[in-house]
Amino acid sequence: MTHLSARRTRIRSSILTGLAIASVALLTACGTGGDTGTGGAERSEAPTELAENEDTVSILAWPGYVEDGGNDPSVDWVSAFEEETGCMVTSKTYGTSDEAFNLMKTGEYDVVAASGDASLRLVAAGDVAPVNTDLIPNYEGIYDFLKMQDWNSVDGVAYGIPHGYGANLLMYNTDAVTPAPTSWDVVFDESSQYAGKVTAYDSPIYIADAAMYLMTHQPDLGIENPYSLDETQLAAAVDLLKAQRENIGEYWSDYLKSIQAFETGDTVVGTTWQVIRNSLAEGTPAEVVLPEEGVTGWSDTWMVASGAQSPNCAYAWLNYIASPEANAQATEYFGEAPSNQGACDFTVNPDQCEIFHAGDEEYASQIWYWSTPIEDCLDGRTDVKCTDYSDWTTAWQEIKG
Amino acid sequence: MAVDTASSGQRIPVPPHRDTLARRGSITLSAHPRLRLTLMLSAPLLWLGLIYIVALAALLITALWTVDSFTGTITRSWTLDNIITVLTGSLYQTVTVRTVGVALLVTLIDILVALPIAFFMAKVASPRWQRILVIAVLMPLWASYLVKAYAWRSVLSQNGIFEWLVAPFGGQSPGYGLPATVITLAYLWLPYVILPIYAGLERVPDSLLEASGDLGGKTWATLCLVVLPMIWPAIIAGSIFSFSLSLGDYITVNIVGGANQMLGNLVYTNVGAANNLPLAAAIALIPIVIIFGYLAVVRRTGALENL
Repeated sequence: MTHLSARRTRIRSSILTGLAIASVALLTACGTGGDTGTGGAERSEAPTELAENEDTVSILAWPGYVEDGGNDPSVDWVSAFEEETGCMVTSKTYGTSDEAFNLMKTGEYDVVAASGDASLRLVAAGDVAPVNTDLIPNYEGIYDFLKMQDWNSVDGVAYGIPHGYGANLLMYNTDAVTPAPTSWDVVFDESSQYAGKVTAYDSPIYIADAAMYLMTHQPDLGIENPYSLDETQLAAAVDLLKAQRENIGEYWSDYLKSIQAFETGDTVVGTTWQVIRNSLAEGTPAEVVLPEEGVTGWSDTWMVASGAQSPNCAYAWLNYIASPEANAQATEYFGEAPSNQGACDFTVNPDQCEIFHAGDEEYASQIWYWSTPIEDCLDGRTDVKCTDYSDWTTAWQEIKG
Repeated sequence: MAVDTASSGQRIPVPPHRDTLARRGSITLSAHPRLRLTLMLSAPLLWLGLIYIVALAALLITALWTVDSFTGTITRSWTLDNIITVLTGSLYQTVTVRTVGVALLVTLIDILVALPIAFFMAKVASPRWQRILVIAVLMPLWASYLVKAYAWRSVLSQNGIFEWLVAPFGGQSPGYGLPATVITLAYLWLPYVILPIYAGLERVPDSLLEASGDLGGKTWATLCLVVLPMIWPAIIAGSIFSFSLSLGDYITVNIVGGANQMLGNLVYTNVGAANNLPLAAAIALIPIVIIFGYLAVVRRTGALENL
C-alpha cells in the first residue's frame, strides 16, 4: 500500500516536473521571440503615391463613427463607400481611448479614429504612420484651426485627418437641480447637496476636468493647462476628486449606463456628452449647459496604422470620411461638430452646425481637448517635470478607492 | 420424428476475424493498460496543463515584468516592484478587504438561505414537488448572467420594484452600492450553494432522523447534532463556489455597485484602461492566494475528504 502510494507520488511529481519544464520552455520562447520593447519604434514614412485599392479595410472607431445600417437601417454611410471604392469595411468600436490604444497593438486594424489622449501615444508607440495629406483631396475643405494641431501632428508632420470635435458638458436634472447651474461647482465643492446622485466619467483623463475647475477656483496653484500638472497640482486635483468621490453615485464610461441613470433619476448631475442628452427618452427632465469655467472635450483624428494591410483603402476611407456628405452624417449621428466646412450643408437638422458651434473658432478655443499628459510639460514649463499618464492612472484608481 | 440435424448438431464455427487496423489497435490497447490510460488521460491533462497551470505560471512571470508608461510596451526585465506595490499600497489593501468582506457576506447569506430550501427539497417535499423545486432552482441558470445583473439594476433603481415594495412600510431601496452588490451576487450564486447542500441532505438517511426523535432529540438538537455534521462537507463545497465566484467578480459591481470597485475591477482597469498587464497580473495573484488559503483552511477541517 505504502509502496503503491509512493510510486503514485513519484509519477505525479514527474508529471508536474514535465509540465513545469514545458511551460518554462514555452515562456522562454515567447520571451525571446518578441522585441524587448524599448519603445519609440521605427518611424514609418508616409506614402508619396497611391496604388490600386485592395479588397478590404479594417477600421477601429468610437461607437457611431462607422455605421453600415446594422444598428439603424437609415444610418448608413459605409455602403456608399464600399460601392464607390470596392473596399469592403470591417469595423470594431471601443469605449475608452485606452481600449483603442490596446487594440491598435494587435496590428489588425488599418485605420483608427483616435482622440487626443490616444493619438500621441499611438505615434510614440509607432503604431500609426504619418499621413500624406496631398493624397487626400477632401483635406482642403477642413477647418484650418483643426489642421496640424498638437494632437494630430508631431514636429510638423501630419499624422491624420481631423474628424470632428465636441465638449464634455454638464448635464443636470431640471427637477432636482435648481436653480440651473452655471458652474462645475455642483459636481465639486457643492456636490454634497446631491450626495449619491453625482456622476463622473470613469477614466484617468477626467482628472483634467478637476484641474480645469481649479484653474478658476484656486488660481494660486498656477495651472496653465489641465493636461500639464506637476506633482503639487496633481495632488490638489486628486484631493478635489477624492472629496467628490464621497458624493458620487456611480461613474460611467458606457454611455448607455449614463442614459439609463439619468432617465431613472438615480443620477441627477454630472459630466456628459451631447449625444447622451440627445438619446434621453422623451420627457426626461434633463438639460445640458456649458459651465463658466470652460469644458474639456475631444477632437478626433483618423489615423492610418503603420503596418496597415490595405493602405490604399485606408487612404480612400480617410478621403471619404472627410468629404462634406460623409462627415456630416457621421458627426451628426454622434453629436459633435464636423471638421469639414462644407458638411453643414448636408446635415439632416439644418441647425446641427449651430448647436455644436461648428467652425466657431472662439468656441473651439474654449475647449481643452483631451491630450495625453507626458513628462515634458505641455504648457512649456521646463523647470519641473510634469506627471504622465501612468501617474494619472494610479491616481485615478486611488480616487475611486 | 424428423430432427433437423443441421440446427441441433455441431455449431457453425465463428468465421475468423479479418485483420483490420481497428482490430489490431484494439488488441494492442487491450494488451497494454498503460498505453490505454495515457491515451485516455492525455487530452484532459493537456487541457489542465496548458490552460491552467501554464496560464498560472505565465501570470506569475508577467507580474515580474514592467511596462513602458508612454508607449505601452512590456519591458521584459525582472523586478519585484509590482508585487511590492500590491502588498504595500493602501488602495490594494482597502479593495482586498472590501472584496473579501463582500465574498464572505455573500457566502453567509447564501448558506443561510440555501439550508432551509435544501432541507425542504430533500426531506419534506413529495417526489413530484422535489422535481419541480430542482427545476425551479436550476431555472435562473438558463438566463444569462448579464441579464440577471441588469435586472437587479432596474429592480434596485430609485423607481424600481424594490422601492415600490418597501415604500409603504417606510423603507427605501438601498440604491447602487455595496449592499446592492451583495444582494445581486447572493442571488446569482444561490443555485450553486443549494445544489450541493441538497445532494448532501439526500444522503442523510431518514432513519437517522427518526432514531434521533425516538431517543428524545428535539428538532433543534437533531438538526445540530445529527444533520449538520453530516452535511458539513456539502456546505463547504457550496461555500467554495459562492466565495470564489464572488472574489473574482467585476461585472456585477460595475452594474449595481455604484462607485465601488473590487479586485476584479482593478485587474480589469489595469488590463484595459491602464494597459499595465504586469500590475494586473500582480493584483490577480491576490484572489489566487486567498483562495489557496481558504482551501487550506477547509482542508484542515477535513471537509474535503468527505466530498
